[in-house]
Amino acid sequence: MVNDVQNVPGSPGAQPGERPGAPILTMSGIVKHFPGAKALDGVDLEVLPGEVHCLLGQNGAGKSTLIKVLAGAHRPDSGTITWRGEPFEVTTPVAALRAGIATMYQELDVVDGLTVTENVDLGHELASAGFTQRRAARARTAELLARLGHAEIPPGREVGRLSAAGKQVVSMARALSHDARLIVMDEPSAVLDSEEVANLFRVVRDLTAAGVAVVYISHRLDEIREVGDRITVLKDGRTVATGLAVDQTPTADLIRLMTGRTVEHAFPERPGVPAAADRRLVVTDLSLRGVFEDVSMTVRAGEVVGLAGLVGSGRSEILETIYGARRATSGSVEVAGRRLRAGSVSAAVGAGIGLAPEERKSQGLLLDEPVYRNITLSTFGRFARGPMLDEQAERTAAREQITALDLRPHDPDRTARTLSGGNQQKAMLARWLVHGCDVLLLDEPTRGVDVGARAEIYGLIRALADRGAAVVVVSSEIEEVLGLSDEVLVISEGRVVHRCRAEQIDEHGVLDLVMEGSAA
Amino acid sequence: MSEQTPPTLATAGSVPPDPASPTPLERGRSPEPAAGATQRPPSGLRRFLHGAAGRNIGLVIALLLVCVVGVATAGERFVSVDNLMTILRYAAVIGVLSIGMTFVITGGGIDLSVGSVLGLASIWASTLATQTMAGDIHWIVMVGTALAVGTGAGLVNGVLIAYGRVVAFIATLAMMVGARGLAEMIANRQTQLVTVDPFLDFFRADLLGISVLVWIFAVVAAAGWVLLNRTTFGRRTLAVGGNPEAARLAGIKVKRHTMYLYAIAGLTAGIAAVMMLARTTAGSSTHGQYYELEAIAAVVVGGTLLAGGRGTIVGTVFGVLIFATLANVFTQNNLSISAQAVARGVIIVAAVLLQQRLAARQRST
Repeated sequence: MVNDVQNVPGSPGAQPGERPGAPILTMSGIVKHFPGAKALDGVDLEVLPGEVHCLLGQNGAGKSTLIKVLAGAHRPDSGTITWRGEPFEVTTPVAALRAGIATMYQELDVVDGLTVTENVDLGHELASAGFTQRRAARARTAELLARLGHAEIPPGREVGRLSAAGKQVVSMARALSHDARLIVMDEPSAVLDSEEVANLFRVVRDLTAAGVAVVYISHRLDEIREVGDRITVLKDGRTVATGLAVDQTPTADLIRLMTGRTVEHAFPERPGVPAAADRRLVVTDLSLRGVFEDVSMTVRAGEVVGLAGLVGSGRSEILETIYGARRATSGSVEVAGRRLRAGSVSAAVGAGIGLAPEERKSQGLLLDEPVYRNITLSTFGRFARGPMLDEQAERTAAREQITALDLRPHDPDRTARTLSGGNQQKAMLARWLVHGCDVLLLDEPTRGVDVGARAEIYGLIRALADRGAAVVVVSSEIEEVLGLSDEVLVISEGRVVHRCRAEQIDEHGVLDLVMEGSAA
Repeated sequence: MSEQTPPTLATAGSVPPDPASPTPLERGRSPEPAAGATQRPPSGLRRFLHGAAGRNIGLVIALLLVCVVGVATAGERFVSVDNLMTILRYAAVIGVLSIGMTFVITGGGIDLSVGSVLGLASIWASTLATQTMAGDIHWIVMVGTALAVGTGAGLVNGVLIAYGRVVAFIATLAMMVGARGLAEMIANRQTQLVTVDPFLDFFRADLLGISVLVWIFAVVAAAGWVLLNRTTFGRRTLAVGGNPEAARLAGIKVKRHTMYLYAIAGLTAGIAAVMMLARTTAGSSTHGQYYELEAIAAVVVGGTLLAGGRGTIVGTVFGVLIFATLANVFTQNNLSISAQAVARGVIIVAAVLLQQRLAARQRST
C-alpha cells in the first residue's frame, strides 16, 4: 500500500493557474442536442481541486452526456468550460487527456485482445525512437495495480481473460496513468463487490489528498455518503441543485431532487409463499467443474430466491448453467417436474425459463434494432404466421409492455441503443413477460439503474412472482438480495455456504459468511 | 417516472396478445403492414430518409450516374434494348451469388468459396455421367446435381464454422481452394460441353422478351427479400449477425442458423452454376473465378454491414447492377479491363467510407 502521496501521478502542490479555493473546473450553461432529443439543457457544474464531487441523477438525466462533453467525446452546442482558471475548449478526447482530464467510462472501454500493460498505456506508450519500452511499461503498470490494491493481476495477462471487476481495475489504472488533475469515474463500483469498493475508495482518497479532483457518478447513496464531499444533482438535462454538502443533505432531499417525488419503501411487501405452491424449478447437485459445485435449490411458484455472494463467487455462472448457457458437468435442472437437457438454451427457453443477463448490452440486446424487436426476440416466431413475421402484432405486444412497465420513451421503434440503463432493463424484462415465463433468472437486475427506476423494477419482480413465476435473483448488493427474496442462498467460492429465510439474516451476517467461506 | 403506483402488468405474460384486437394506441395507424418506417407522421420524413428507401437513394443516384456516363460516351449503343439485356444477363449470375452472400454477411459471416463452388457445381453437373443420365431422364437432373453440390459444399462450410468453430474466413478459404482443385480433378482440366439440348433450350430462352437467366435472378432476389425482411428466418439472421450472444440467450439456435446461412450461400452458388452452364454452354473448372469478391463488393456497396446485423437485398441488387453497368460502359468504350478494375476499387472505397459515416452518425445519437 502506498501511503506516500508523492507517488501519485499528477503530483500535488500549487499548479500554475490554481489558486487555493478556486474551482479547478467550471462548466456553465452546457447545452447539447442530439437529433430528436435535448440531452443537456443548461447544466452547471463546479469542481474544486482535491474534492470528490458526486454527480447524481436518474438514468437519462444527462450524466453520461455531460461527462462525454467534458472528456471531449461530444462537443457542446453552447455553454462555457473554464479549466484551471482559463477558458477551455475540449475538442478531442486527446485534448482533454493532455489538459489533465481522465475519464473512466461506465461501459468498460478496454481492448480484450491486448495485455493489461498495453491497455493501461494505450495511446501514450512508453517508447524510445518508436520502440516500446516493454520492461519499463510493465513495471509502471505493476506499480499502478499495486496502488489500486490489485497487485495480483499480472501486467502481462490478456485483458479478455479478466473478470468484469478486473477490467474495471485496468480501466482505473489507465486513468491513473495519465497525469490527471481531474478524474471522472462513471459508476466505477457497478461491477465491484464491497471489498473492491473499499479499495476503490482508498484510491480515491489518495488521489484527493494529492490535490486531484474526482467527479464521481454512482447510484448508490451510501457510497456517496462515504466518499463524497459535494453533490450536484441533474434532472432532465438540467442542474437542479449544485454544491450540496454531502454530510448536510438528507437522503430524502436528494431523492426528491432527483425524482421530483419521495420514495418511501423501495422494496415491495413479501406476501409469503404458501407451502402447497408448485415446485417450479428444482436444481439438484448442479456442478460446473472448476467454477461451482453441488448447488441445489427449489424455487416454488411465487417465490423469489436470492443468491448473495461476492463478484467471482460463481453466482452468475450458476444462473447461466441453470439456463443451459453453460453445460453442467453434473447435476440436474428440472422445470415443473421435467428434466432439462444440459447445455441447451433453447430447451430451457422452451420449458419456460427466461434469463436477464448481467451484461445487458453485450449479452442481452440488439442495440441497433428497434425496441419492439428486442422485446420479441424470443417470441417473434410465435407471432409469425408460418414462416412469415407479423411485425404489427409484435409492435402491439411490445407497446402493451412498454405502457405497462412505463418504458421511456413510449416508442416501440426507438433503437435500443438510445435507451437509458433502466429502460434497457425494462425491455429485457418485457421480453420475458411477452414470452411468459414460469422461471425467471435475473442477473444484476438493477445494475446501472437509478434509484427511482430501481423501485419500479423491484415492484415488477415482485409482481411477477405474485403472478406465479419462480424467480432467482443475483445481485452484488446484499441489501437488494435480502430485500427482494423470500429465501437467500449465500454463495462463496462456488459453494452454497448458507441458506435461510431472507428475514433471518442481515447484511453483516451475509458478509460474515462470505468472508468465512473465503478464508476456508 | 411520473406515477407512484407500481406498474400494472397488462398482459398476462403467458399468452401473446391477440393480434386482431389492437390496443387503443394502435388506433389511427395505417393498417398497411409494410414499411413501418414511413407511417408515423411526426418524424415521417426523417424516418423515411433514414429508412430503406432513403439509404437506397444514394445507390439510385450512383446507378444513374453510371448510366449517364454510358449514354454520354456510347450513346445509342448503350441504350439499345439488346445492350440492356446484355447488362442484365451479365448481372444475373453474380446477382444470384450476391443474394446468398447478403445472408451470410448479414449473419455476421463471410463466404469466400462461392465462386469455386460455382465452378465445381458446373463441372459436376456437366460430367459425362450426369449428362447421360440427364439425356435419358430429364435435364432437371443436371439442375438437381448443381444445386445439391452447391448446397452440400455450403453445408460443409456451415458445419465447420458453426460446430467446428473454424473462423469463417479460413473455412471458406479452404473450401475456395479445395473446391476449385476438386473441379479440376473431376474435369481433368477439360472444358465440358453441354450436350443436353433441352437444358440449353430451356435456360437460353426468353420469357416475355427477357432472358430466363434474368428471370431467375429476379425470382431469387424477390425470394431473398421476402426471406430476409418478412420471415422469422430473416429476423434470426439479423439477430445472429447483430449480437450472437444475445440471440443465443434469447433461445435462438445460433449454430444451426449459421449453418443454414452458409447452406443458402452454397445453394445460390449451385443456381449460379446452372445459369453459367446455360450462358456459356459448357462446364469449366475456371467458372466463377473471383466471383466471390465481386459478390462481396456488390453486397457491401449495397449497404449491408460487413460486421453483420444489417442487410439489404434491394441494396445488393443495386450494387450488382452498378458494377454490371459499369463493366458494360467500359466495354462499350473499348477500355481495358484494368481501367475497369481501378474504377471498381474506387467505388468500393467510396461506398464503404459513406457507410461508415452513416454508421457513426447513428451511433452518436
